[in-house]
Amino acid sequence: MNDLRHRIHHNGGLLAAIALFIVMFIIYISNHPVGLTAAVATTATNKAVLLALVAMAQTLPVLTRGLDLSVGMVFILANCLASVFVVGTIGEGLLGIVLVLGAGALAGFINGAIIVWGRLQPIITTLATGAVYYGIALYVRPGPGGDVQSDIADLATGQLFGVVPAALVVLLATVLIVWLPYRHSVLGRAAYAVGSNEQAAYMSGVPVQRAKLLAYTLAGLLAAIGGLMLTFNTYSGEASSPIAGTYTLNSIAAVVIGGTSLFGGWGSAIGSIFGAFVLRTIEDLLFVFDLDPLWQPLFQGVVLLAAVSLGAVRVLRIRNRLELFA
Amino acid sequence: MSDTAPILEMKHVSKRYGGIAALNDVDFVAYPGQIHAVLGENGAGKSTLIKIAAGVTDPSDGELFVEGRRVNFRNPVEAMAAGVVCVFQELSLLPDMTVADNLSIVSPPLRGGLIDSAGQRQRARELLAMIGCEDVHPLELVRDLPLSRRQMVEIAKALGKRPKLLILDEATSALTAADVERVYAIIRKLRSDGTGILYVSHRMHEIEALADVATVFRNGRRIETFKKGERSVSAIVQMMIGRELTHHYPDKPAPKPMEPVALSAKNLSWGTQLRDISLDIRKGEIVGLGGLDGQGQRSLLLALFGVLKGVTGTVEIMGKPHRLSGPRSAMRAALPVALIPEDRKTEGLMLPMNIRDNISLASLSRFKRGLGLDGSKEHSAVEKMIDSLKIKVADLAAAVSTLSGGNQQKVVLAKWLMTGPGIILLNDPTRGIDVGTKQEVYQLLRDLADKGVAILFYSTDYAELIGCCDRVLVMYNGGIARELEGQHLNERTIIETALNVDDKEQAA
Amino acid sequence: MSESKTPANAIPVLRFAVDRSLVIAFGCIILMLLGGALYSREFLSPEYLLQQLQISAFLGIIASGAMMVILIGHIDLSIPWTVTLGAMMATAVAGWYGETGNVLAIPVGVLCGAMVGLLNGLGVAYLRLPSMIFTLGMNAVVQGLMVLHTGGFAPQDHATEAMHFLAVGRPILGIPNALLIWIVVGAITIFLLTRTAFGRRVYAVGNREAAAYLSGVNTNAVIIGCFILSGAAAAFAGVLLAGYSTKAYQAMGDPYLLPAIAAVVLGGTNILGGRGNYLGTIAGVVLITLLQSILAVMQMPEAGRQIIYGLVILVMLLAYGRGEIDRK
Repeated sequence: MNDLRHRIHHNGGLLAAIALFIVMFIIYISNHPVGLTAAVATTATNKAVLLALVAMAQTLPVLTRGLDLSVGMVFILANCLASVFVVGTIGEGLLGIVLVLGAGALAGFINGAIIVWGRLQPIITTLATGAVYYGIALYVRPGPGGDVQSDIADLATGQLFGVVPAALVVLLATVLIVWLPYRHSVLGRAAYAVGSNEQAAYMSGVPVQRAKLLAYTLAGLLAAIGGLMLTFNTYSGEASSPIAGTYTLNSIAAVVIGGTSLFGGWGSAIGSIFGAFVLRTIEDLLFVFDLDPLWQPLFQGVVLLAAVSLGAVRVLRIRNRLELFA
Repeated sequence: MSDTAPILEMKHVSKRYGGIAALNDVDFVAYPGQIHAVLGENGAGKSTLIKIAAGVTDPSDGELFVEGRRVNFRNPVEAMAAGVVCVFQELSLLPDMTVADNLSIVSPPLRGGLIDSAGQRQRARELLAMIGCEDVHPLELVRDLPLSRRQMVEIAKALGKRPKLLILDEATSALTAADVERVYAIIRKLRSDGTGILYVSHRMHEIEALADVATVFRNGRRIETFKKGERSVSAIVQMMIGRELTHHYPDKPAPKPMEPVALSAKNLSWGTQLRDISLDIRKGEIVGLGGLDGQGQRSLLLALFGVLKGVTGTVEIMGKPHRLSGPRSAMRAALPVALIPEDRKTEGLMLPMNIRDNISLASLSRFKRGLGLDGSKEHSAVEKMIDSLKIKVADLAAAVSTLSGGNQQKVVLAKWLMTGPGIILLNDPTRGIDVGTKQEVYQLLRDLADKGVAILFYSTDYAELIGCCDRVLVMYNGGIARELEGQHLNERTIIETALNVDDKEQAA
Repeated sequence: MSESKTPANAIPVLRFAVDRSLVIAFGCIILMLLGGALYSREFLSPEYLLQQLQISAFLGIIASGAMMVILIGHIDLSIPWTVTLGAMMATAVAGWYGETGNVLAIPVGVLCGAMVGLLNGLGVAYLRLPSMIFTLGMNAVVQGLMVLHTGGFAPQDHATEAMHFLAVGRPILGIPNALLIWIVVGAITIFLLTRTAFGRRVYAVGNREAAAYLSGVNTNAVIIGCFILSGAAAAFAGVLLAGYSTKAYQAMGDPYLLPAIAAVVLGGTNILGGRGNYLGTIAGVVLITLLQSILAVMQMPEAGRQIIYGLVILVMLLAYGRGEIDRK
């Protein structure tokens, strides 16, 4: 019983995000003209999973008290690469997928390498590498277009057994294959340790450098999975810097809503998934309530700002003003 | 002892930071099954010795042997792998993680390549039981634990690594008396199991109770190593300070009961860290704050300076009510208040900024002329402070970080004296500075007091409190346990009160 | 603990590093000009140089504000839409209020930017939110406002005569007005940073906010002040850019965020705050403008430009003392 109390205490942010999502989703579905059908669910899922994956990617650097401002660019880069390489037969397509994922992981690894060995700040590093990744995306796909292996694409964006959105399965698989093992690995826990207190982590013998490297590398991989899914949705690639920027920004908001601390050491990628779902549902709600499209960007901006401002509750708890500056 | 091989041996080890030697050609040997006390004043080289042994820093010169093998630790992990484990004074726990995670942070029990969380919890329970901390739940977050429990968890963490040489650096500073006894028992048990122990403490009675062998350091050199009972306490103290205890404090004037009360606090409380504190300080008085580290002294000073939120109770300055809302209002009180903070590197100074900028920072509004600053007025004011405090400065434009510790502390003092304070709160201002500068600080405080400044002076050095202060308030567990004055103000009464051994004072 | 691993003589090295970054930056400018001259004689002509300085001016003004924020250890990611906001509000006011509007256009544009800065400052100072996140959110809000503004009210979007004149006129000795304005803004910034109490406090907060607070510095006011300056500078640059291109348009500030931050950082200002001087920022701004210009002259496609651009920033940052950056 005592264990349970502690577990709830540890996962308060996650539980709040899940509850918020459920409430909003119920409001959405009950106001949707068609209601909850497999098709509605699949459309909603296909969009939401993209942000969920990018938000998962953002979670890992944030846990180490870093930030990856290039996740959106890696996402777009993967999209453009996929529109070129994930073509042909199913076999060639699968090979292309491996290539795209590898490229994403490499991009993440480069971020990590510069941060760890070059000892530059994560913000400035990923801002600069983001420009490079965007340049590569533009080089690969100067104008919107391309194609994607349609059998794989249809499978990944359709429904399993006619009910379950396949994108949800992809997301679940990512959680099971990437996140959960990571969370329970020595290096995954080291990421939390680094974010919690880097100095103490070093003194305790935590592999600080490897933990950061892995966090950024996996962030690249997860963003690339998102980029692949985007390609499967649109059947094309587009090197769009606004889309990249939006995903980067929303990923940070999703991470915050999901209960992960921007000061590192605390949170989970599962929370970020629900944070992403919450953000997407807000957009859908604007749609079902027929808000003037002109108001939508402002409304979303305000929601984002409000979401990130949630972090301010920390200030209320601080009773020694010197801790404000830590 | 010579029949067993040493667990740790250092030969001609030196460590220099910049041009300054923190350790100077030190030979040092520790044996298994022995509790080896390491003694010395702050800055004597103890912590550098420990950092080298634990792989936190590497020696500039000399050789290190563990169990006869030459080692060259590049980081703490390699030291741990060799069996050298250190419990650091600054806690190395991760606040956002569970106790179980913390206890197995380096080599957790694995199952299928992943961390076995059930096994890890079991291990945590065993380790906690070993140190008698069954009340701590393995899933509790470290940040939710009180300081004393954290320190116990820290010790449990070290034990979990099965050390061959366990280094305890001031490891009992925040513990309750019962916990201290438990830690002693554990240490003795480890000794009988053949573990070597290096024990760093400032508390002589701890050393007497525990140590088999002691080594005294001073100014980066090993002065002497001797067996228990071979040297008297006063001889040991003599070795540590290398000078007579009583000589160097300025004379105390007669008590001044007629002076007005400059600072008066009534029933100050702040969470569990400050409990119902009332005190009066008269103009011209130096009042000391004593007690073990971490009994609320630091919080009291911060509270009086307005840094803490939610402090209850009242404060009056020169009889006028004073609201504790922050440094700026403290500086504008009926008598301006100054705080010399605990850590000059992070709270007192902007290390990369130059000396002039640091000294004038708190008084900038005085130098305003038009939109800008009156550079020449500022310059001459700064020069004046530098002269009167005898700060050794080659170039006003040099970064403060280029100064020695003592001169850095003088820069902090200069910054605050420039504001013309009527009340000065000092938080252990002589920590880590050289003896000569200490003398100057003592004299400075007395001179200020003679000019009518009220001073509240927290020090971890009892001799300093006895030598400098007119009265000493000894704190225990967030409250003032006792006020000592005149003939009652001596090392014995301070230590007794600090440890709360006097039955009458059993407050908590 | 962290102090103990750094040698005590680290500071002279740091000072050297600041100087070195200046030397590297100015060295790169000369190298680029010489390299360009090999490609075409035009690169050394006074006309080309003046033109480059005129284009630099817009970035220079934005970077002046960005530098204030970076000096206190924060970052302003709301610059892109604050630039756009300044441009759009200035042109809109001119359209709404006719003659009076023409007079009010520029001050109103700048004031709107200052308002955004004020909100940023309040969020960062009092809510203690990471500036990176809060200003990013603020950028989205301003973007939303501008979409609503242009879509809902169809305001005037062409620049006034005065704006156009300030941005492209050359009445004095053929020196572009924009450059003269940058010189004035730069002089004010230098005065603020080196000759005023505010400037001293900016460096103090950037180095160690806790110590500044304990010394009685109103650190929240300093933070808010810097963000206001950043917002005002960005909006002012937006006003001038609208004058330069004769109209205000959506997302016109987007290409300025990365260059502005890069210029400040390449000029030797520590991204974590507390260290840096304006001379470096000037060098950084000119360097970035030249780099962009050369890539454009070489008819490098956008893709290549982005890649080279990102790489140059990374390589230069790696070249300036690595390690000095990780102060925390």
